[in-house]
Amino acid sequence: MDLAELLAIRQKERDRQKSTRIHCCTAAGCLSSGSAAVKAQLEAAVDAEGLGASTEVCSVGCMRFCGRGPLVEVVSREGDREPILYEQVTTADAASIVKALKGGEATAPLGDRNHPFFARQFPIVLENSGKIDPERIEEYIAVGGYQQLYRVLYEYDPAEVVDEITRSGLRGRGGGGYPTGLKWATVAKMPAGQKYVICNADEGDPGAFMDRSVLESDPHRVLEGMAIAGYAIGANHGFIYVRAEYPLAIRHLQKAIQQAKRYSLLGSQIFGSPFDFKIDIRVGAGAFVCGEETALIASVEGRRGNPRPRPPYPAESGLWGCPTLINNVETLANIPAIIREGAEWYAKIGTEKSKGTKVFALTGKVRNTGLIEVPMGTTLRQIVEEMGGGVATAGGVKAVQTGGPSGGCIPASALDTSVDYESLTQLGSIMGSGGMIVMDNETNMVDVARFYMEFCRGESCGKCIPCRAGTVQLYQMLTKILNREASEGDLERLEALCYMVRDTSLCGLGMTAPNPVLSTLRYFRQEYEELLQPATGKR
Amino acid sequence: MSVRTLRINGIDVAVESGTSILAAAKQAGITIPTLCHLDGVSDVGACRLCLVEIQGSNKLLPACVTEVAEGMDIQTETPKLQEYRRMTVELLFSEGNHVCAVCVANGNCELQDMAIAVGMDHTRFPYRFPDRDLDVSHPQFGIDHNRCIFCTRCMRVCDEIEGAHVWDVAQRGAAVRMITGLNQPWGEVEACTSCGKCVEACPTGAIFRQGSTVAEMQRDRSTLEFLVTAREKKEWTR
Amino acid sequence: MSPLSSTPTIDRQPPSAINEHPSGDKRFKVLDITMKRNQYRSDALIEVLHKAQEAFGYLEEDVLYYIARGLKLPLSRVYGVATFYHLFSLKPSGAHSCVVCLGTACYVKGAGELLAALEREMGLKEGETTPDGQVSLVTARCIGACGIAPAAVFDGRVAGKQTPESVLAAIKEWLPDAAS
Repeated sequence: MDLAELLAIRQKERDRQKSTRIHCCTAAGCLSSGSAAVKAQLEAAVDAEGLGASTEVCSVGCMRFCGRGPLVEVVSREGDREPILYEQVTTADAASIVKALKGGEATAPLGDRNHPFFARQFPIVLENSGKIDPERIEEYIAVGGYQQLYRVLYEYDPAEVVDEITRSGLRGRGGGGYPTGLKWATVAKMPAGQKYVICNADEGDPGAFMDRSVLESDPHRVLEGMAIAGYAIGANHGFIYVRAEYPLAIRHLQKAIQQAKRYSLLGSQIFGSPFDFKIDIRVGAGAFVCGEETALIASVEGRRGNPRPRPPYPAESGLWGCPTLINNVETLANIPAIIREGAEWYAKIGTEKSKGTKVFALTGKVRNTGLIEVPMGTTLRQIVEEMGGGVATAGGVKAVQTGGPSGGCIPASALDTSVDYESLTQLGSIMGSGGMIVMDNETNMVDVARFYMEFCRGESCGKCIPCRAGTVQLYQMLTKILNREASEGDLERLEALCYMVRDTSLCGLGMTAPNPVLSTLRYFRQEYEELLQPATGKR
Repeated sequence: MSVRTLRINGIDVAVESGTSILAAAKQAGITIPTLCHLDGVSDVGACRLCLVEIQGSNKLLPACVTEVAEGMDIQTETPKLQEYRRMTVELLFSEGNHVCAVCVANGNCELQDMAIAVGMDHTRFPYRFPDRDLDVSHPQFGIDHNRCIFCTRCMRVCDEIEGAHVWDVAQRGAAVRMITGLNQPWGEVEACTSCGKCVEACPTGAIFRQGSTVAEMQRDRSTLEFLVTAREKKEWTR
Repeated sequence: MSPLSSTPTIDRQPPSAINEHPSGDKRFKVLDITMKRNQYRSDALIEVLHKAQEAFGYLEEDVLYYIARGLKLPLSRVYGVATFYHLFSLKPSGAHSCVVCLGTACYVKGAGELLAALEREMGLKEGETTPDGQVSLVTARCIGACGIAPAAVFDGRVAGKQTPESVLAAIKEWLPDAAS
């Protein structure tokens, strides 16, 4: 494969695509709402109407408005007609959607691309999502895919790639927000020898599905990002550690790797350069703790997912003791765009300390649920009330939970906070991987805190005592409070144990497990106090 | 060989680079409490008792796996550390069924010693009274899971010194359990060489020699020391 | 990691038996192929356990022995790994499976009511199988279908926006007397 061949594939695919494309979302969300049957009906209708020469029905990835699925969009290749989005499409609507191409109206509800839910978005990571068929590498190549890999191999030396990423200001999207460029530089500076790139696709936070969506909708983007990372740090082997709970993502990844290998975009001497890079998939087996870097490494090595103390960090001693770069899916999915548009372009998006965009999974009691990608610095109010349309119940939004079991609940009074790493940390929550769960007045915050504690208790690996036994005691204390059996002293003991577990646990899981309790105590302490025994004099 | 100078509890110490804080403290005559650490086998940093405060770091770091660095200023006995250590021991007591009065290791138990050292006379956490069992299927030894604190010392001596890897940890979280073989009765595990190293390594009365009665358990840790020295330094000093 | 190959191994079957399990059970062949593809490397343990779970439905003792021998791993380590991960089961499960997602989005949207209904109407609790061995009920931490919460998975088919009625209806379809 050389550049001319890549461009030839690109042209051939562009010529192949028909002038009208009916995009049918077949990512996991819409698929479970029945989009596969809808797609079959659409295809039958295209045949029945004799439109086969000009029209094709395509499976595409996530169109983001998951709450209104299945989603279907009619787009024209020349862009001479406005795209038409249909929501909650049933098999019965299919024929009318196709007939509408000749004039007339479809029976399915029309979606509104100008709604703030879409209008406020700034897709970089999701730029191809819902537009290309994730199972065909040609479609990715047709939108410019793998050209950035070619460019770095021939126009950049590895240090320049690292520099580009550093200047872009990209920070880890898995939750911690560690500067990506710095991480790359650390691994790149380790002595030459066997190094690895690991893509962390063990998206375990309940309520988060950004990474699943990216892998299902645009898997090649992640592969290209990994290969670029491999070149930059001097690694020739990558692993994608993906949760077994995402079978469709795994299938799309497997297919993508096969296709990339067939076109020699992965393997030996990529684009005729001396750079070799292969990618293997490792499937998790249901352990949240494996999202933690050292536990993930243990799991890739086929062992129990027990974290180990850091340092040494994986950048120095990771997989099989070799320097290892671990990046999250979304982080890697940003890479091709940063290389294509340049570090300066990326650094202009977002806030001073948090550059670029962030994908969130907007869920819970909010009206519009789905995936959103917004520039950093967008306020929570814009996200929850404008894009999400607020909540349906009286009293409005009560809190927004970010960061999953490691994060916290942000009260409605802080909705004007800008979404960036520092602001969320200041509020006692974290950016996390991007789950954003909206809660209304029906939600009992003590119960939410217990929900997360139950989660951490069940997911603790059991290696260190504060996490293994501390989470159990915390869970019991919260239950006691919920059962109205606790007194003021119990609240103090709860807090003291929270601090102890946070400060003494071995890994991130334990260190952050008390966060949902501490943040609800901070903003909704009254709800705890109302549950206490009157004997304390309160009430 | 390069030397690092540092300060522990105000005492200046000079040690070889690569030394752990735990070893450096020992050289300075300072004892840092540990349970999962065992000389001669790898460290896992699991019991969290050896956490220390290092000036300039907002994280508490385990002394057993943290290497010394030039100019480190370490505190090992701050009120916060003491309180956390006490809570750690309380959690250990509430999580298992530790009844000293009927334990073979009574008086010779590291957990008991630790409770005394951190000043713990009762636990503020409710006892969980887990339903655990006893395995005396081995002709010489037995394990009482009620007394296990999951320090994994038995697993590490068996794997790293004896090389048999009879022990491992099964399940996770609060359900963890030390197992032999495929969670078989210990006596049926063919890989076991009956060397007894796990018995010497166990800090509590969990793994014991059969036939010993209450408060009788004396460990002979010098056996392990001898083996480690023999293996690592090729010096047979016993 | 210590050199485990020198440790005493369990010789339940002669080493040459790797190609044919003495029971003649063809499913062991699948394990052989997976192990061979991974060059019998110990780090392939989780991959092989996945295959075994797929082929046998659960990990019985015999299978764990076979894998430990194939990858030359200590038995206790294989058992430790097999019990660490949620998705591996050491017990047989029902003919059909119903997974109720307990992710946060599903939780705030009433996944608890789905479970309560199943327990009330079917007497089925999380992690249990109906006495006739037809249906197993399990819960998941999050299946990533938060946009259509609350979600459940019926024999691998994800269904969104579930109600207690819809879940019960789906399960009753599996029961023998449902057809009548």
